[in-house]
Amino acid sequence: MIGLRLYLAQRLSAFLMAPLVIGHIATMIYAVQNGLTASEILDRTQGSLWWGAFYGLFVGAVSVHAAIGLRAIAFETLNLPVRWLNPLTWTVGMVLALLGGRAVAAVVF
Amino acid sequence: MKAKHNRDPLRIASLIHRISGLALALFLPLHFYVLGLALNDAARLDTFLRWTDYPLVKLAEAVLVLLLSLHLFGGLRLLALEFLPWSPRQKAYAAIAAALSFFVSIGFFLSAV
Amino acid sequence: MKVWRGNAHGGGYRSYSVPARESQTVLDVVTWIQQHAEPTLTYRFACRVGMCGSCAMMVNGEPRWTCRTHVRKVLDGQRLEIAPLRNLPVIKDLATDMAEFFDKWTGAEGVFHPTATRKDAIAPISPADPMRQLANEAVECINCAVCYSACDTVTANPSYLGPAALNRAWTLQNDERDGAYAQRLRAVSADGGCFNCHSHQSCLTYCPNDLNPTASIAGLKRLSSTSFLRRGRTR
Repeated sequence: MIGLRLYLAQRLSAFLMAPLVIGHIATMIYAVQNGLTASEILDRTQGSLWWGAFYGLFVGAVSVHAAIGLRAIAFETLNLPVRWLNPLTWTVGMVLALLGGRAVAAVVF
Repeated sequence: MKAKHNRDPLRIASLIHRISGLALALFLPLHFYVLGLALNDAARLDTFLRWTDYPLVKLAEAVLVLLLSLHLFGGLRLLALEFLPWSPRQKAYAAIAAALSFFVSIGFFLSAV
Repeated sequence: MKVWRGNAHGGGYRSYSVPARESQTVLDVVTWIQQHAEPTLTYRFACRVGMCGSCAMMVNGEPRWTCRTHVRKVLDGQRLEIAPLRNLPVIKDLATDMAEFFDKWTGAEGVFHPTATRKDAIAPISPADPMRQLANEAVECINCAVCYSACDTVTANPSYLGPAALNRAWTLQNDERDGAYAQRLRAVSADGGCFNCHSHQSCLTYCPNDLNPTASIAGLKRLSSTSFLRRGRTR
């Protein structure tokens, strides 16, 4: 159900995301002080290639990581038939990548 | 299996890791959608963000931060288990991961209110 | 106390009254039931001194060697429930079919492949050799299936090879006399292999020989990953 390639993709995306998650939580703790507004967020992210790269990488990694994680849950807990595992994994990954990519574009450009 | 096995701390840690991952995966599409509103409808994004003024919503956000922290620190424990030489202190690491997660989450909540 | 009676088609718990003794193991209790109350009760044992692993059963929901489990240590108030090992098909009552356990053992290539003959000199391996120490730490497995029964991933994933089989594979990957390294690496990194382990560590919690299959499996994950990353394939 989880072979070598999926395992490595899962662990590599995890390694990548560790610093990104810490950075994201730190940013959130900073940003929520004195309320949260759209202009505050956009002033920070709009036109910034750094934020674009940060969140772009984050979206890519989380799409892989969540897709494989949900695969494990679908098989082990929901007993999804094996032939549905690959379609599910790809679908979840694509949906998250597309929605996430759109969100990154929305706040950067 | 029953009784003591169900209370085994490392098994509970794995359950927390799995449930937090699932919750985050289900939350993400909503998160991405709301942020995507900035693309064409920044006003609607602002309306949405007004919800974050309510204390109950701030609490919910703190819970999300807790879930993310639990998944992060629990995940780091697993990466250490798999890639570093074996340590017999697995239960201690799981406890530390949980403690750090609450610390971060409470820090967020205090920052938000 | 309650004992599970039944077969592959199903069954349930039956109650028995057994005289309590000063120093009594769960195996003593099961034996008393068969000898005095229920001659049709089926169960396995052999050495009754904690060396063979044949008497493994679920005791109050946990897999244990019944000959090494004192009743007073596991009595939950007045509750004592004995059932066949989890994750294995039942033949009758407390005896399970171990075939799949051993099939997965060979499926993980937990088989020694010799590279020398009796005419060759004995391989000079020092006990202090690091690889030999890794093998020695994991080699005392007597195939009792307690870890296999404790493992939640085995329950959730029927094709998962399981802690015992993978633990043995690890000892052989660290045995420099063995000639099937590449073949075994492929076997343990296949779909039902080591990457399914979620490190709950129930296996080492319950192993009566204090073995650590989680660590062995982590070792296999590292061997397989580094081989892939260096060579683009599992050797």
